[in-house]
Amino acid sequence: MKEKPKTKDYDWWLLAIVFAICGAGLMEIYSATHSGHLAGMHVRQMWWILLGVVCMLVVSRLDYHAILDQAPILYLAGVTALVAVLVVGHTRFGAKRWLPILGAFLQVSELVKLIIIIVLARFFSEVRTDRLSLGELIKAGILTAVPLGLILLQPDLGTAMVLVPLAVVGAFLAGIQWKHAVVVIALAAMMLPVGWHFLKPYQRERVTTFLRPEEDPKGSGYQILQSKIAVGAGGFWGKGLGRGSQNQGGFVPVRYSDFILAALAEEMGFAGVLVMLLLYMALLLRLVQNAQRANDRAGMFLVMGVVAVVGFHVLVNVAMVIGYMPVTGIPLPLMSYGGSATLFVFLALGLVMNVRIRRFVN
Amino acid sequence: MAYWFKNESKLPQTRLAIVSYAIVGITALLLLGFWKLQVIDSEHYAQLADRNRIRAIPLIAPRGKMLDREGRVLVDNYPSFSVLLLRDDPQAVDRALPQLADGLSMTVEDLQQQLEAAKTLPKFQPIVIKPEATQADIAFIESHRADLPLLEMLMVHRRRYLPDGFLAHVSGYVGEVSALQVDASSGHLRPGDIAGKTGLEKQYNELLMGTDGLRRVLVNSVGKEVGRLEQKEAIPGKPIQLSIDYDLQVVAEQALAGRKGSVVALDPRTGEVLAMSSRPAPDPNQFAIRVSREEWKRLNEDPDRPLLNRTIQAQLAPGSVFKIVMATAMLESKAIPENFSVFCSGATDFYGRQFHCWDKRGHGTVSLHQAVVHSCDVFFYNVGKRLGIDRIAYYAVKLGLGRKTGIDLPSEESGLMPSEEWKERVFHQKWFPGETISVAIGQGAVVTTPLQLARTIGGIAMGGVFKQPHLLANMKPVPEERFAISDDTTEKVTQAMWGVVNENGTAAAVKLEGVELCGKTGSAQVIGSEGRKRAGGGKSEYKDNAWFVGYAPRRNPEIVVAVLVQGGEHGASAAAPLARDVIKAYYDKKSRRTQQQYTVEYKHYDMNPQAQVVMAQPAGRPQGADETKAAH
Repeated sequence: MKEKPKTKDYDWWLLAIVFAICGAGLMEIYSATHSGHLAGMHVRQMWWILLGVVCMLVVSRLDYHAILDQAPILYLAGVTALVAVLVVGHTRFGAKRWLPILGAFLQVSELVKLIIIIVLARFFSEVRTDRLSLGELIKAGILTAVPLGLILLQPDLGTAMVLVPLAVVGAFLAGIQWKHAVVVIALAAMMLPVGWHFLKPYQRERVTTFLRPEEDPKGSGYQILQSKIAVGAGGFWGKGLGRGSQNQGGFVPVRYSDFILAALAEEMGFAGVLVMLLLYMALLLRLVQNAQRANDRAGMFLVMGVVAVVGFHVLVNVAMVIGYMPVTGIPLPLMSYGGSATLFVFLALGLVMNVRIRRFVN
Repeated sequence: MAYWFKNESKLPQTRLAIVSYAIVGITALLLLGFWKLQVIDSEHYAQLADRNRIRAIPLIAPRGKMLDREGRVLVDNYPSFSVLLLRDDPQAVDRALPQLADGLSMTVEDLQQQLEAAKTLPKFQPIVIKPEATQADIAFIESHRADLPLLEMLMVHRRRYLPDGFLAHVSGYVGEVSALQVDASSGHLRPGDIAGKTGLEKQYNELLMGTDGLRRVLVNSVGKEVGRLEQKEAIPGKPIQLSIDYDLQVVAEQALAGRKGSVVALDPRTGEVLAMSSRPAPDPNQFAIRVSREEWKRLNEDPDRPLLNRTIQAQLAPGSVFKIVMATAMLESKAIPENFSVFCSGATDFYGRQFHCWDKRGHGTVSLHQAVVHSCDVFFYNVGKRLGIDRIAYYAVKLGLGRKTGIDLPSEESGLMPSEEWKERVFHQKWFPGETISVAIGQGAVVTTPLQLARTIGGIAMGGVFKQPHLLANMKPVPEERFAISDDTTEKVTQAMWGVVNENGTAAAVKLEGVELCGKTGSAQVIGSEGRKRAGGGKSEYKDNAWFVGYAPRRNPEIVVAVLVQGGEHGASAAAPLARDVIKAYYDKKSRRTQQQYTVEYKHYDMNPQAQVVMAQPAGRPQGADETKAAH
């Protein structure tokens, strides 16, 4: 009745795409930092990727059903950690986001994203029909809202926002009813002004800047403007690796992390961007395909949760680089420098592999 | 192991397909965004990227010098430093304002005003916040290079004029261009540029100005210089050589010291201006840096009007100098017989009104010659009455009055020669015959500038050749007007002017030994005699203006000098000596130069014997050897 998952069942195409993206990221991190005091960053990022691959393999070996079984405990642990961050967390860049673990500072909210993927997958898989009832919708909403609120308190608007598409995609797949959807959207619209009231001044500034960037080109509009200049100046073929003046001169803000695609766009041009965006599209479509082939609803929701989170990251980051969205501090998955973010993506991919190698298991 | 939540029923596949389509659609949208930036608007952003990394510091071109006719420097430049403010980062500038103001001894309000004025300029273009940096300013900038990377020093060339307003009205002065000039220059001028405002500085600005260069450096995002680009060198402005003779100018300036008036010396053969002075004069060195509002106001409101170049802008009654025009008109029109004479009793009646001669004792019976020599008013009243205003106006205009001379200076005034038509046009009134009587002795509505009189008298003595006065040396060809005056007329009129000085005439006191000095005096009322009484008499602003236009030699003169001394009262005593001084200096110099030329030519002949050898050699010598020698 039960077969052992085989190594050849891993999604090798998916891994190839992932490593191609990681490679481009390493290259651009090197190009952006090699001449300054940040030199060597690409090596550290390589270690994070290796650690991520190991984590992915480990996660893929545990049966995802067993992981989903522990969802309530994981949820409690996650919420506790978020509270702990608020109480004893390490403050960096004006926000409490880091807990000292394993000698490094881990961004707890990254781990929480993973936990919410698991928790919502478990929750939606328990829905026995193709239509989501109002009670179930509200329960899913509350499950999401509690960690979301805690993350907002850090404050980390970007990560908090990621939880929203997770719930939305889950509800859509679980069969949300049109009337409920309309009410939810209306409620969200009504909450906007209230939410505005709770935003920190710097967050409000980012939003107003996004709406009218030309008003303050050296203030908070600076980042978006410089990013757009870098992208536009790249032209079709780019200026060549290590030759972008916006990148090398340091005009592109955090060019090795959040704005890494702007750096790549300047040096590799539209051609490079085209390759990268097609790679991301291929990654996401491949993930959806894995969801379609999942053995059960739990596996499917798990994989689609990963699609929602990774897809949202890519969308928000790329749109920000070309000035279509405000600056939110969301990194580009697999390319941006950062330990926690990289580990998160590989752990999430571990879940996908987990589902994939068990697709024939009964 | 079985899990109670396990749910193997599949969801409708369409929901997953919708997510796939969304992914493809969003990717396409994002790619369109990149396409717009990187392909459609790429050039625009490439320019912005260059602005980011390239900082341009102007290299100021020095203005061309002004030299006198012998190459002596009249106006030149001296190096100086201006303080530049780099405005790439407005927030940093705002923060640093108090520190900047303190370090450069300026006020924050002043700095804010300057920033406001430069608001429309591109942010990467630095502005001059202090045109003349002191030693303390330079020390401040150097010592704060690290923590105040907003300041830069710019080497500039300041204009240096001779002191005490020497030649000030001729040279004019420079200043920062006005917004109006920038707009009118079609991109040639930028705000902050220095350009000529008046005088020759304005007239020949294009020549003098040169083209600024540009030093372009690569900077990174914190303004640190990381490299250099090609440098565009400044092209210095061209020097201009003037026809002004420094030595004569010195005499003219000194002669006018402490007075209000003008001295102008022309060479009537060429139209060259040899000296031109107008007093009082401002010191243009004060305008070479920014002129303060108070100083500007003071100069503009000064009742002595130091900013007025009287030589070309003072429009005053010419008084008896006008009698030369009358004499020429009388002889040329032939409306009055040559031997016409009048008995002067000191006064005469026309149209029921009494007109006085300046000499109440009367001149007795006077001919034209005597009337000019002694400046008899009664004689010319009669000539005026017989000629009529329109005939007088015809000759006066032909001889150069009532219109601009065309000198190469901006803002010349035209003076006014009245006529019946003029009065009808301007006042819609008929001309009264009594007005003609006043005009006949250079009073009434007729007004002239000193330069016009110099040109007119010089031209008459030239027999009707009027060269356009000009200040630029070696102007070729010089525009000229010819108005044929018969030799007989020229002879008679110049004889009369010779008599003014040499036959115990009105200017007998300025007779010069060895020089055929001729001329005509004038004393022009600035206000009617009744008005003078009302105003309380003796005040200097109501005193007569003294005129003298002198020239030498009598026929085909080399130099003509017009002198105006406002409030000088008598042309003979107040104005004529000034003209004599200039003409004497001209002849003194000429005789010195003639001697020098002999010596120089002799030496030249002596020092180059080889040339003589080559020229004197007999034919038939080898050609090659010749050429080597000739090459020396």
